[in-house]
Amino acid sequence: MTAVITVPPSLDDLTFESVLDQLSHHPADAKVIIDARHSTFATPYGLTAMLTLAQTRAEKAEFLPPENPDTVSYWARSGFFRYAQELFDVRGNVPRPRSSGESDVLLEMTPVTKSDDVHGVVERIQERAASILLNKLHLESRATMGFAMTLSEACQNIVEHAGRGGWVMVQAYNYRKRLGGRFVVVIAVCDAGVGFRSSLESGQRRPLSDRWDDAVALEAAVVNGVSRYGDPGRGQGLKGIRGYVHRWEGKFSVRSGTARIALIPNWEDDVPRREGLAYFPGAQLQIIIPEKVSAAA
Amino acid sequence: MTRIDVGSVLRHSANVPFSDLVTRPTGAAVRKCIQTELAALSEGDVALLDFSQIGMMDYSCADEVVAKLLLALSAQDAHAGYIVFHGITDAHLEAIEVVLDHHGLALVVQFADGGARLVGAVTDDERAIWESVYTRGASTPSSTPAVGLSDSADPARILESLLQRRLLRHDGVAYAPLGPVQ
Repeated sequence: MTAVITVPPSLDDLTFESVLDQLSHHPADAKVIIDARHSTFATPYGLTAMLTLAQTRAEKAEFLPPENPDTVSYWARSGFFRYAQELFDVRGNVPRPRSSGESDVLLEMTPVTKSDDVHGVVERIQERAASILLNKLHLESRATMGFAMTLSEACQNIVEHAGRGGWVMVQAYNYRKRLGGRFVVVIAVCDAGVGFRSSLESGQRRPLSDRWDDAVALEAAVVNGVSRYGDPGRGQGLKGIRGYVHRWEGKFSVRSGTARIALIPNWEDDVPRREGLAYFPGAQLQIIIPEKVSAAA
Repeated sequence: MTRIDVGSVLRHSANVPFSDLVTRPTGAAVRKCIQTELAALSEGDVALLDFSQIGMMDYSCADEVVAKLLLALSAQDAHAGYIVFHGITDAHLEAIEVVLDHHGLALVVQFADGGARLVGAVTDDERAIWESVYTRGASTPSSTPAVGLSDSADPARILESLLQRRLLRHDGVAYAPLGPVQ
């Protein structure tokens, strides 16, 4: 029997959990239909995580695209269907992606599997990101270089640790849900690889404590800078991301396995740690950098 | 002084058509190439690592290129050469300062006009003595002024520490800057 997994109308990092909750009842080889017909909004996290979800299915899932023409057009522009058509059985016709010079998609859905991909991502993002960060987010010019560094390190997390490819997407948009409609730039980097816990275990880097689970592994890696490599210089990438996000009052969240931890700014009422989530392999990172308050006032 | 163009090294050693120093494999390839060039230096030579053609640098590359070069240089059995960094901008400094702090390292940045700046993990006393040597030229512990030093500062010990960290060099029995006196 085929199960129908309903994609929520607004697909973001938190509502994606409802997709995983539904899927948790069905083994990877079960036939499922991912029903996104009634979705009207999706963040980069929602879209990249959806592709990684497809990677986890042994039995190729069917995918029903959004019915709303604006929504499906945006999903096409983001590059989602370029990869979804290989990973899902996508039903119906989807629009061809149209290039738009005015698009706030700073980096469309881009696969990251090897080191060279990171070079390409950094090269492509810099000019457009500089314009958005300076003119729409009203950040100082030094924020643009840190942004590219942050993006680079987030992507390298896939190359160095995931064991399989993932995707990155970057977009600027008006954040109506919070911040009173201020602009934000969002980076999403998702993979369905081994995840933080297995990565640390593979390097014999488990902390010396009796408790060992996804939440402890995330805390060790993201907060304490522990890496699976014994090299004392490792672990600085995530530390650098945290520093950049903190400096620009952004939000940084990482989900892996059954846990998620987040660096929460004042403008957000999320919780710093969630445990006991539906299991999902790999690591899913999201970074949100908001428009500067003083300039928005 | 031997000049090593890091931008050129990036293009040739890592075979990357971009100007950004990102990812660990790229950093490792660049470092190995630089280390080969450094190995050809004579004892006491100073190499100028020129980053002028480098766009941005991420933390991983800063660790692979800058930190690991300095760590190798300060090792007991290291080749007795010195490095000064040139063409470093604020765009590079963010990542470099993080990795220097992480490893407790420091480096000398030399500007086009001959001026120099000490960057990284140094104490106020170390910085004061380093600046004194760069201003006055070759110095001995007894000729180093105590002005601006803390009460517990030991100039002889600090000069020797700066030498061990390759932030100063020997000039006879004195301690000298790696570049011109400012």
